[in-house]
Amino acid sequence: MLDLLWLVPTIPLIGSLILILTQGKLPEVPAAIVGAGSIGLAFLVSVLVGLDFLGSDLPSFSQRLWTWMRVGSFDAGFSLYLDGISLVMMFVITGIGFLIHVYATGYMHDDPGFARFFSYMNLFVSAMLILVLGDNLLLLFMGWEGVGLCSYLLIGFWYTDSYNGYCARKAFVITRVGDASMALGLFLLFQSLGTINIQDSMQLAQAQWPQGGGMATAVTLLLLGGAVGKSAQLPLQTWLPDAMAGPTPISALIHAATMVTAGVYLIARTHALYLLAPEVQYLVGIIGAITLLMAGFTALTQSDIKKVLAFSTMSQIGYMFLALGVGAWSSAIFHLMTHAFFKALLFLTAGSIILGMHHEQNIFKMGGLRKDLPWSHALFLIGTLGLVAFPGFSGFFSKEEILATALENHDGGFILFVAGLAGAVMTYLYSFRLYFLVFYGKKTHDGHEVMGLHLQGPLVVLAVLSVFGGFIQIPVTDLFPAVAEHHPSVGSQALMILLPMLGGVVAWWVFIKGGINTATLTEGGLGRALHRFWFTQWGMDWLYDRLFVLPYVGLAKLNKRDFIDAFYNGTAKVALALHGLVSDTQTGQLRWYALTMISGVLLLVSIGVLL
Amino acid sequence: MILVWLMVILFAGGVGAWLAESSGSEHPRAVALAALLLDLFLVVLMLVAPDSMGLGAVDTVAQLGQRGDWLVLFQSDWIPRFGVSFIFGVDGLGLMLVALTVFLGLMALGAAWGEIHERSGFFYFNLLWTLAGVIGVFTALDLFLFFFFWEIMLIPMYFIIAIWGHENKEYAAMKFFIFTQVSGLLMLLSILLLVYFHYTSTNVLTFSYFQLLGTQLPASLGYWVMLGFFIAFATKLPAVPVHNWLPDAHSQAPTAGSVILAGVLLKTGAYGLIRFTIPLFPEASAQFAPIAMTLGAISILYTAKVAFGQSDLKRLIAYTSVSHMGFVLLGVYAWNAQALQGAVMTMLAHGFSAAALFMLAGGLQHRIHTRDMDQMGGFWGVAPQMAFMAMFFTVAAVGMPGLGNFVGEFLVLLGSFQVSHTITAFAALGLVVAAVYSLIVIQKVFFGKNQHNHRMADLSGMEFLCFSLMMIGLIWMGMYPQTMLDMAQPTLESLNVAFNP
Repeated sequence: MLDLLWLVPTIPLIGSLILILTQGKLPEVPAAIVGAGSIGLAFLVSVLVGLDFLGSDLPSFSQRLWTWMRVGSFDAGFSLYLDGISLVMMFVITGIGFLIHVYATGYMHDDPGFARFFSYMNLFVSAMLILVLGDNLLLLFMGWEGVGLCSYLLIGFWYTDSYNGYCARKAFVITRVGDASMALGLFLLFQSLGTINIQDSMQLAQAQWPQGGGMATAVTLLLLGGAVGKSAQLPLQTWLPDAMAGPTPISALIHAATMVTAGVYLIARTHALYLLAPEVQYLVGIIGAITLLMAGFTALTQSDIKKVLAFSTMSQIGYMFLALGVGAWSSAIFHLMTHAFFKALLFLTAGSIILGMHHEQNIFKMGGLRKDLPWSHALFLIGTLGLVAFPGFSGFFSKEEILATALENHDGGFILFVAGLAGAVMTYLYSFRLYFLVFYGKKTHDGHEVMGLHLQGPLVVLAVLSVFGGFIQIPVTDLFPAVAEHHPSVGSQALMILLPMLGGVVAWWVFIKGGINTATLTEGGLGRALHRFWFTQWGMDWLYDRLFVLPYVGLAKLNKRDFIDAFYNGTAKVALALHGLVSDTQTGQLRWYALTMISGVLLLVSIGVLL
Repeated sequence: MILVWLMVILFAGGVGAWLAESSGSEHPRAVALAALLLDLFLVVLMLVAPDSMGLGAVDTVAQLGQRGDWLVLFQSDWIPRFGVSFIFGVDGLGLMLVALTVFLGLMALGAAWGEIHERSGFFYFNLLWTLAGVIGVFTALDLFLFFFFWEIMLIPMYFIIAIWGHENKEYAAMKFFIFTQVSGLLMLLSILLLVYFHYTSTNVLTFSYFQLLGTQLPASLGYWVMLGFFIAFATKLPAVPVHNWLPDAHSQAPTAGSVILAGVLLKTGAYGLIRFTIPLFPEASAQFAPIAMTLGAISILYTAKVAFGQSDLKRLIAYTSVSHMGFVLLGVYAWNAQALQGAVMTMLAHGFSAAALFMLAGGLQHRIHTRDMDQMGGFWGVAPQMAFMAMFFTVAAVGMPGLGNFVGEFLVLLGSFQVSHTITAFAALGLVVAAVYSLIVIQKVFFGKNQHNHRMADLSGMEFLCFSLMMIGLIWMGMYPQTMLDMAQPTLESLNVAFNP
């Protein structure tokens, strides 16, 4: 069964090819069967392969398909590598991916680009699987770029609106900045170790690089550049909220459950390198901590339901980075998985709400919807409880692991713990703000639940996972250096559970009881400035526009005619002018010629006399 | 002899096409097609069974006493008094470039098929003669002969631009001619100097590449002689700051002309650097390498920025060509196994992707009579097949892994990184700016709304066939580049010996 591994990324690719080769003209039903069916089939194969793998007690399984590039000492194969981490990722991608595909068959119903949508989606899943199954960094990079492309295509899926195209380009270009950094890291790794195979390079690095040495620091920093780009962490996070321009299933699949967590996967995958560069590893944690707080505050100021969820995703990935920073490798992967459950649920439910509200996304135009949308209400509540890590729900287990590890970490972990705890309070606050604003309060607009097995079915499965997913044991502990068992004191445990709930209480007090009028709060000078500051993600878009975008566009406009060309045209003009000068002397008048001739002779003679 | 046949068929086909016009304006293209298909057959024969073609080649190789891995060689006297002879030969690199030439010749024919109706006989004459000239350039191993073909390919192209071009064709054709001619003159001077010094030191007057290899020039002079070659090839490539002929030539040339220009003519510059400049002047080239690599990086970034500012679609694509050729320059002068292979792969892949993009731009211009992107928009809804192809080839040009261009650019950067971290770091920014200029094309042409309500036919069968073939080519190069890497490897290895004697 293990030999079927290659089929896992291949089946979605075939699905995509079928939809492309039929030129997107396949009617809805066959397109849905190919589109969602291929992912379901890939999931089934994953299960077969996975069960076989888990039963075999092998630490890992490799499958070399063919040589991709071999030049001199450089050798990169189309080789797949399966171990605990990639297994978890494979299940998340195909499993959650399948549920989202099924949901999308309902959500995208009647869209003229139905088949095109699924061709991109299938291609995405295939690329994402290559990303997590590649045994070398080049193959990983292929998947990495592939998912970036699909993200671009899907954000700009409704292409007639130029704004969507803008968002798509922004996402692609910003993540490409990170990709360039990652490519350089790959080059440096190859130059130093002579291989880009992930496992080999980790072993060689441990043998050859000194702890905390410059090479380890440089390589991990460059790879981190790629990770923050893809995972929307500071300072390359600005594209993620705009990515919400895409259809909602995309936001669930790409911008919540899978692609944006690729950075976490990359760092966990190359963890041995990061262990050799403790400063960089700590930096990962710091980036995570700052991002999770920043995104948490920003989520609190947003009015678009999808953007609240986008910032919440950014914040939760911040937790994963924080976990990586304190060496809680397996907790990071665990949180990645549980987050995929509840965030996919939240996004898809948000999609149902948006459908039910006739494509309204502004939460201030919702309110009091719990009666109109009972299904969405129940499901959204479950997702929210998962997100805020309510005891017993899936997010609880993973988040507590992370916080506990941070607390026990003595190399600066405490500050990360405090940030994580503060972030947990924020999570309660913004999550319940969203929940209360949408489902409680005064009803302003009517909504009606759009029903259908392919809409609610996947949501129910995701809801079950969001509740019970925390009990899944992921087979990754052997892959990472052993972390001492954490048993935080009862006091600190109570603190970790109870303090964040304060955020929920505040949300209740503000948005249900009307304890504070938020409108007046943001009207005044300071409140308004703060609101603006958070709303715009610290004004980073503004800053980047001025630092990079506007100068580049300005220079390009200024130099549209390519100033180097002026030199050549200038040369031509000078030649023409000289030509004109000389040709003017060709007057055809005899006395003019005679005069110049005599002058010349006189000049020569006088020079001769003078000398 | 098969190499000579390749050219003879095209030369004769050109004359035949010209003559055929009198019997019907559609006849020349049929003659051209026949000639190119015949050439394609021969090329495939060489690719599949190179041994059977190279009958007697081994002896010739021994006689000439040169290194290398020649698949086919042909030698015959031409002007013995001056040591000028017919030496044609292909190794893996040359054969791939010849194959590229013939293949893109067919693509150009496909582009011209429905577009050129005026004086079609003379058009196909010029097309075939340019291609013959290019094949001559890729196979000639006598420097005089090489220069001869270098000129041959230029003049028909001048006519193609000057006669069948667009609104500003005279200016563009003249600019193309002067740039190439002036730089070609420098190369001629360098050739003569090289031959002269070889003569004074050995008393043998020869233009043979094999015999001139290893000629010792006075160090200071050697640098200047090398520069003569470099400038000629860098102009053709082109590299900043001698690139300015290209945007004009491309935007004015008819589609078939652009396809040949971008697809093969530019590659003669890169080929010249690999085959002649560096092996003939290893020391001077090594000394010059940092400058050339810097020029490569500047080409990548500078022209990417200029491209982004263009509103003329063909002009934009032309500038991106310069940007991609910057990778070739960088890779050639980084001169290690990965970088050189990357340069070769970039040459091949760019040949396909740029040719396809120019065909798309030409097709658009043919349909809506403008190249101004501000007049376009929303064409995805109007011509979805065309939009898909545009997306595919744009994505290829951006360097998406799995397609040929990525393999080339990745290997170039990987190789040049071993030589210079700084230059490569700048060049890697090319990955970002490529996304910036490429996606704006998709945005302006295919996304958004069709404000001017352009109506147009989607791809014709001929166009669809051409694009599909190029698409398959790029996927092959991207997924299994080893085919090409293995072919080029012996050539590059033998050159490497020359570089580090």
